Amino acid sequence: MTHSITPQAATAAGTSPLLEVEDLAVWFPITEGVVFERHTGDVRAVDGVSFSIRRGETLGLVGESGCGKSTTGRAIVRLYKPTRGAIRIDGTDLAGLEGVELRNMRRRMQMVFQDPYASLDPRMNVASIVAEPLEIHGVGTGSERRERVGELLSTVGLDPSHAVRYPHEFSGGQRQRIGVARALALQPDLIVADEPVSALDVSIQAQIINLLGRLQDSFGLTYLFIAHDLSVVRHVSDRIAVMYLGRIVELATAKELHDRPLHPYTVALLSAIPIPDPVREVSRRRIILQGDVPSPVNPPSGCHFHTRCWLRERLGNPEQCVAEAPMPRDLAAGHQVACHFAEKTDGSAEQVLSIGRPVPSASTAPVAPPPTTAGA
Amino acid sequence: MTTRTPPVTLAVEARASRGLWGDAFSRLRRNKPAIVGMVCIVLFVFVAITAPWLAPFDPNKGGLGKSFEAPSLAHLAGLDKLGRDELSRVIFGARISLLVGVVSVTVGLLVGGVVGVLAGGLGGKVDMVLMRIVDVMLAIPGILLAIGIVAWLGQGLVQIMLAVAVTNAPIFARILRGSLLALRDAEFVTVARSMGADGRRLVLRHMLPNALTALIVAATLALATAIIDVAGLGFLGLGPPDPRTAEWGTMLTDSTEALRRAPHLIFAPGIAIVLSAIGFNLLGDGLRESLDPRLKR
Repeated sequence: MTHSITPQAATAAGTSPLLEVEDLAVWFPITEGVVFERHTGDVRAVDGVSFSIRRGETLGLVGESGCGKSTTGRAIVRLYKPTRGAIRIDGTDLAGLEGVELRNMRRRMQMVFQDPYASLDPRMNVASIVAEPLEIHGVGTGSERRERVGELLSTVGLDPSHAVRYPHEFSGGQRQRIGVARALALQPDLIVADEPVSALDVSIQAQIINLLGRLQDSFGLTYLFIAHDLSVVRHVSDRIAVMYLGRIVELATAKELHDRPLHPYTVALLSAIPIPDPVREVSRRRIILQGDVPSPVNPPSGCHFHTRCWLRERLGNPEQCVAEAPMPRDLAAGHQVACHFAEKTDGSAEQVLSIGRPVPSASTAPVAPPPTTAGA
Repeated sequence: MTTRTPPVTLAVEARASRGLWGDAFSRLRRNKPAIVGMVCIVLFVFVAITAPWLAPFDPNKGGLGKSFEAPSLAHLAGLDKLGRDELSRVIFGARISLLVGVVSVTVGLLVGGVVGVLAGGLGGKVDMVLMRIVDVMLAIPGILLAIGIVAWLGQGLVQIMLAVAVTNAPIFARILRGSLLALRDAEFVTVARSMGADGRRLVLRHMLPNALTALIVAATLALATAIIDVAGLGFLGLGPPDPRTAEWGTMLTDSTEALRRAPHLIFAPGIAIVLSAIGFNLLGDGLRESLDPRLKR
């Protein structure tokens, strides 16, 4: 088997989705007993998630801690085996793949991890770390790999001569660059970035985000960008999916989601972002959700959000929220909401206050523009 | 008059890159007790290797008329009951202790290491079965287990090595398995898994090198225990069967029998045992501190 080290043709940017996730569920079994294990329940970390990402697009995935966004990302790179559902890359379903076939598909998707201190092996120098994916997949000879490592390091803005150093000799931002270089080594199509900047200083966050944007432009990369910080996600994403307790509650373009949030949960999330205008900031009222996220072992019936929903309370606690799980509905072009009463949010005081300015009406709302390959 | 400022050189760029091992070594060099330990060990090893040239007398040449002679300038540690030079015998005894210590710890490390890697790397049923066996072995006090093995297999140097190795192996297995289990969910291992690395690569390339520090410390401390165990077996009369063999534990027993007539005889072997065991203990503690930066003061 000979593998060429030249860049793959990643220029076929079109409207066809690169990644399609359909009804993905990841349940972790809970067992009791030491010798004879009994299956007593499941942690439903991800429970029926569907979305697709076009080539060259960035999809942001946001939600509170424990909502299943990281599990979704890890299931896509097949660190977890999905309980049900499909994960298709260019039409090939990864969910059932094993062995060599899975290994070959892994080349097309790489992951950038949250903690740049924990994600680099402290006993390996930078050259071995960055070359490892090449080694695992048998790409190139020793000298070709060394050359490629130097190339990758300069691509991410590091000095190639630093390849002989060890991770502990670098700062957090530099370490994350090493992680990005490693993810790029196999020229993947898809990069799953799991909170890639959450562990970094704010000043360094911008550098890494700009680096990711630049790499997307030059290599035509597709990103699944997972974060809990809506303001960061809004900045980098073409479209944003909001997750709550294992399900996607709202999916829209970044601008649409910000200008006209329709799910009561998204409205609450947006109201937590400070507005950089003191007058409006003082006058607005935050929506504070009561209580914690319910346990994914025993999620609430119907709509998972009904136990904390401000809209349901105002509507007089309708039974439908408890009885029936809302399916995602298309409320505007490309704007999906999973809420029985999403229309009631539109134009509400909460919606206006959460974004701090008047909401463009549904009729004048811009039709979702086709996402461009340009990043942030 | 103008003074020229010397060009500023960047120290950061000049210094060579060193890995975690290099870092650990430089920390070790600043650790005084560890240095004392290393001096003891170097002395011990040097004496063991150069024994035939270092010893002033033949350790087995005696004279019945000179039994229990007190220390003198010619015989610094005196003479034993057969009139043999005690100092020369202690010097030759270092060879036995070093040989048995190194061989038994190495064998224990290999066996325990394989068991630990299998248990910690494979997990599941394999882990459970292996660890229950280890539990049973650890439940028996080490020296008792060693006595049992020597009593069963008969006296002899090889049997002693085997006995000490058997007492060491479960300790190494347990330590390695614990470190590997903790590393299995480490993020850099998850990263390698996401890239498609197989189990062998995960364990050998990523987990094992990071689990080694605990094992190195344990092995160093085990050398101290091994020396004491060997001497203990000798003291209990389970040492090498050949009465000519100079072994510290056996020498100690012989000297206690003659404690009233020749009290000087207990000093040389006693001091030898203490110094060599303390040496490995101090080095082990120093290694523990320098290999694990989290313990730094």
